[in-house]
Formats: sequence, structure tokens, C-alpha cells
Amino acid sequence: MTKQWMSERANASEPAPAERSAGAPASERAGRRAGTKPPASSLSRREFGSVAAAAAAGFLLTACGPRRLHDISKDRLRQAIKTWEREYTEKFGKAVTVSDAPPIPGVLFAYALDLSRCNGNRACVEACVAENNQSRDPQVQWIRVLSMDKDKGIDFSDADPYYAPQQVPEPGRFYVPTACQHCRNAPCTKVCPVGATWTEPDGIVVIDYDWCIGCRCCMAACPYGARHFNWATPSLPSDQVNTSMHYLGNRPRPRGVVEKCTWCIQRTRAGRYPACVEVCPTGARKFGNLLDPESEIRYILENKRVLLLKPELNTMPKFFYFYGT
Amino acid sequence: MANVQIFVQRFSAFVTGSWMLVRRGGRAYWAWLGLLALLIVSGAFAYAGQASRGLIVTAMRDQVSWAFYIGNFTFLVGVAAAAVILVIPAYVYQWKPIREIVIFGELLAVSAIVMCLLFVTVDIGHPERAWHLIPVLGHLNFPRSLLAWDVVVLNVYFLINFVVVTHILYRAFHGRPYEKRLVVPIVLFSIPMAVSIHTVTAFLYNGLAARPYWNSSILAPQFLASAFCSGPAILLFVLQILRRVTKFDIQDAAIRKIAELMAYTIFLNLFLHGAEAFKEYYSNSEHLLYTRYWFEGIRGHHTLVPYAWTAVGLNLLSFVLFIVPSARRNWVLLNIGCLATYVGVYIDKGMGLIIPGLTPDTLGEIYEYSPSITELRVAAGVFAIGFLVFTLMLKVAVPILLGEFQAPAAGSHARNLQLKTQNV
Repeated sequence: MTKQWMSERANASEPAPAERSAGAPASERAGRRAGTKPPASSLSRREFGSVAAAAAAGFLLTACGPRRLHDISKDRLRQAIKTWEREYTEKFGKAVTVSDAPPIPGVLFAYALDLSRCNGNRACVEACVAENNQSRDPQVQWIRVLSMDKDKGIDFSDADPYYAPQQVPEPGRFYVPTACQHCRNAPCTKVCPVGATWTEPDGIVVIDYDWCIGCRCCMAACPYGARHFNWATPSLPSDQVNTSMHYLGNRPRPRGVVEKCTWCIQRTRAGRYPACVEVCPTGARKFGNLLDPESEIRYILENKRVLLLKPELNTMPKFFYFYGT
Repeated sequence: MANVQIFVQRFSAFVTGSWMLVRRGGRAYWAWLGLLALLIVSGAFAYAGQASRGLIVTAMRDQVSWAFYIGNFTFLVGVAAAAVILVIPAYVYQWKPIREIVIFGELLAVSAIVMCLLFVTVDIGHPERAWHLIPVLGHLNFPRSLLAWDVVVLNVYFLINFVVVTHILYRAFHGRPYEKRLVVPIVLFSIPMAVSIHTVTAFLYNGLAARPYWNSSILAPQFLASAFCSGPAILLFVLQILRRVTKFDIQDAAIRKIAELMAYTIFLNLFLHGAEAFKEYYSNSEHLLYTRYWFEGIRGHHTLVPYAWTAVGLNLLSFVLFIVPSARRNWVLLNIGCLATYVGVYIDKGMGLIIPGLTPDTLGEIYEYSPSITELRVAAGVFAIGFLVFTLMLKVAVPILLGEFQAPAAGSHARNLQLKTQNV
């Protein structure tokens, strides 16, 4: 049994989201990928006129391709997931599962990072890349650890993301790991012209990789450098792929779209901790349900000295930094 | 029904006539088209490379995620304003010398918007998904996303200019005056639309609190001011060329009036730049970093500094040349002034607006951007397409407006009747 954020909850009895029964007809998305048209078999011959009209309408919709994952029906999602699983399994030569786990009612995720514990070892960066199937070449990393001068405090204009000493921590330095702050008032989702990125009900800011047009407005809007663009076709060797995927998370990304931290949605919606939290050797990383008064997150917020990055921008991050000691 | 038939006949005659016009031309015409074709082919090959390998072939990276393409887009949105600086004197003040040449401003606007849309297309990662922007079929995030607004206003502005010039030329081709009830309201509507495309494009950057360099309320006014410098600068070149190579009578008075207006807009542009520089340097907050990167370079990174001071020099030079009446009446100095204005604003809006906005990035990292060969070739190709569109439209418009070329059916009685009086 791996560590679970859920186990800390006062009433952890809430079941994991049950598998929904496989839906009926082909989704537009899956249909397009598989090269099939949605069946229109249930209509009788006498209704030929209306069949033609419906077919025309159906064709119009189908021809116009997929919908945003934000609007997709559950049935269609099931179908799309089957298609993805087949496609990825074929591509990587391993059984891939794509989860469609929905947000858990009553859960709003939040993250806390203990600046007094972080020693800049960057185990989180590696675990994140391995867990979330980021491109190995060119390298895409969702977590960026900044080395800063203790005399200056948090000062981005003096931060060094490329520190490479023999040993960490370096004398006189401290470390500020950054990633998506999952803002409640997210500037990135606001600017997207096609609505390809949004905040899920559990507070995770996600991207629909099949809907993103790659305009990079969100990257200009993000004050935390959290969004990364696939400038080239991502490379992901089969022996390194994480086969446990979520449709809004770590499934392979195409070239030319933006990606970012999803708080390991494939893990956290199944009750587990994000990979970075699990791997952190110093225990600096905390994660849990903001709505649960018994959670560690709530304890930290209520008892520790907490700070936000760039609070003056009113982005209202759900990613809190604190000094544990 | 019969009306529709007649219209279709007439319109196809107009299209065939236009086609005939663009196929005829002297050696200089074909040499110019040949040059543009070369640039377009070169750009197409460069873009093919980008399409197959991804935007990695540009010098853009996560730190500087918008750059040369978007800079050119921004600049050209400004050029599209050229029309409005003619429309206002012509239609609001009924000033006749300019009224006769408004159509060239509108043609320039159409070409500029074509280039704008192409620059956005080459910049995005998935141009084949552009239909996601279409409401109902896709999902236009309107009104929250400023880019969604930009898509709307740019297309509307393109459409109204295109409709007006097509209508005027089509009617002139058939020897008939244009429909005032159609043209005048649309042309008047184009004034707020021209302001809108600039304002909305400025807001695209302006609204991003993450980028202090852009997050200043002076940005939209400054966009407008610089647009009203660069657009007319191009127009002045075009008008001079036109009256040299065609029989089109463009009066000195019209050119002088445009030059005079430019004196004010160049001053305004410089003033707004100065106001911004004062606020940044005097308050000396941490936001000064970006302005310093542009003018001085920071922490040993100086790539943009030569651009910055070239732009300052050119803008000051053009100000002197336009504000001194005797200088702007001298044709050589006027043309030097136009060139200085054009290049100065191009550097300011292209490199000077976008790159320092993103450097250092939000986490303080300095990635020194300078465009890759692919970006330069693609951009040259896009400009060549824009110039080609503009050239061909002029090739059709000038003889039709001069009455040298008309539909055979129009009859001789209509010919002389309206061309001298309805040149717009």
C-alpha cells in the first residue's frame, strides 16, 4: 500500500470512483480517430427524410471533429479512452491504462512546500518526469527548483535554476521549487482563446492536449513559468513510459501544445500522493484536501508561517510555501 | 432572380477583367513579382521545415515564448491603421484631395491584415486546429480571452475593408458610381474598428499582470500613436510611386497633409515613450529590469541594446524631419523621414515590445533571443505575400479608377460621366 493523501482524511471511507459502464455509440473523437462514422441504425426507413437530416447534422458534427474534453459526454469519453488505450498500447508495446477518474466530491486539492526543509536535491524533478511522461529530448520539466541567496531572500531576478554543485545544500543558498500553482484566479485559463485549459472542480488546472492550438497565450500569462511548450516532437522511450495514465494528465502529448503540472491527477484522484511528494527525501512537500479540517494542509495553513509567490498579482495560488521550522 | 443573374454576370466580368489586368505588365512589374515569388518560395520551404520539425527550428523557447513572428504581427496591426488616417480627413472633414486616395489606404489595410493573420498562423503550434476558434463548431473563449477578441475584430476589419474596395472597384469597372448608402456607413464604421484592432491587440499584452513591461495603461495609446506613424509612412511611399508609374493624379496637397499629420503622431509616439521611460527610471522599482534590458542590457546580456538605440535615433530623426515644415516639403528629406519612421517603429514594435516583455522571464531567467534563419525566411515570405496581394490589388484598382479599363458593356456614356468625379 503506497502512501495516500486520502488516508489522512477524517472519513476516508468514501469509495474510489467506480468504473462507469461502457457507453454506447462511438464518440466523435474516437470516431474520427478510428475512421468510423456514428451509427444511425435505430431509425426506420419511413423516416428517411429525418434520417437524412440527422445524418447531415451528424456528419456536420463529425466532420468538424472532436469536442473539447471539457464538454465531452461520459459515453464519448469512455470511447475515446478505449481508443487512446489501444493507440498507446500499440505505440509503446505495453499495456497502457488511461483513467477517467472524475473529481472526488468534497475535495479541493492544495499543496504546501516547506522552504526550511528543501535542500535542492531535485529528486522531485526526476520523479515528476518519470511519472508524467515528459519528453526526454528535448527535455521538458514541470518542476523548476531555483537556488537563491539567503541574504536576499526570495528574489527572482537573482535566482539560479541551473545550479550544479558537488553537493547540496550549498552554503548561503536556499531553494525554492516552483511548478504550477493551480491558482484559484488563474490568468492562464482566462486568456486561452479556445478554452483548451480550465480548472477542474477539485482545483486542478488541466489542459486538453487535443484542443490546444499552441498559441502560447497562457505561457505569457502565467507568472510562475509553469507552462511548457512542446517545441519539437516529444520523445518518450518505451522502456521509460509510465503506463498508468489519466486523460487530463500524463498521457503522451503531441508536438506544438502546452503542458504543465497536473498534481499527478492520475495518482491524486485515486487517493495517492503526487510523485514529487512521495519521493521528496526531506519531507518538504505536503499535499491534501483543503476542505478537510483534519488534513495536514489545513494544519500547516493554520499553524505555520505561510507565504505565496507573487501575492500582489492576486492569482490566489493553492500552492503554499511555509517555514516548518 | 434576373437581378441575381445580372449581378453574377457582371461580377464574373469584373473578376475576369481583374485577371486580365494582373497578367499584363512591363518588365519592372514582372521583375518585382519574380522577386516576391522568390521570397515566397524561400519562405514556404522554411515553413515546410518548421511544419515538419516543429517550432524548435525557431529561436523561441519556454522563456521567450513569443518573439519575431508575434512582433511582426503586432507591427502590421499598426500598419492596417493607415486607412483610418486617410478616412478621417476624407469622410469626416470631406477633404477632397485625400478623399481620392482613401482606397489605397484601404487596400493597404487589407494586405496588412492578410500578413497579420499569416504571422499568427505561422506562430501557432497547431494551425490546422484554427477552426477551434469558430463559435459553435469549435469554442471561442469570448469575451474572456483577448485573443478571441482580436480574432473577431481583425476579421471584421478585414471584411469591411475588403467589401468596400471590392464594391467601389466593381462599380467603377461597370462605369457606375458606388452605393453611398453602403460605402459611407461602412467607411465610418471602419474608424472605430481601426482603433479597436489596435486597442485589442495592445490589451492582449496589456492584460497580463505576469509581465510588468506590458502591464502599463500607456500601452494601448502608445500602440495607436505608433500605428499612426508607421502606416502613413508606408502610404507616402506608395503614393509617390503610384503617381510616378501611373497617371493617377495624387496632389502634393494630399501628401503634405499626411506628412503634417505624421508630425503630430510622431511627437505623440515619442511623448508616450518618454512618459513610460520616465516612470520606469524615476520610480526605479523592480519592474525597471525589463526597460533596462532593452536600453542597457542586464547582467552582461546586451543583444537588444543596439536595436533599442537605433530605434531611438530613428524616431528622433523622423521627428525632426517631420516637425520642421521646410524639411517635410523637401522630397528627399520626406522620404528619409518616412524610412526612419517605418524602421524605427518596426524595431520598437517588433523587437522592442515583445522581447523585453518576456526577458527576464517570470522566474528571472535571461534567455537572449535573436531570430533564427527560419524565422527570418518565413517572415520575409509573409511580407512578400502581403506585398504581392497589395501589388495585384493596385494593378487592378489603378486602371479601373482611372477609367482606363472598364467592362465593355458599360457603354461610353457612363465612362466619362463618373470617373473624374467619383474617384474613390
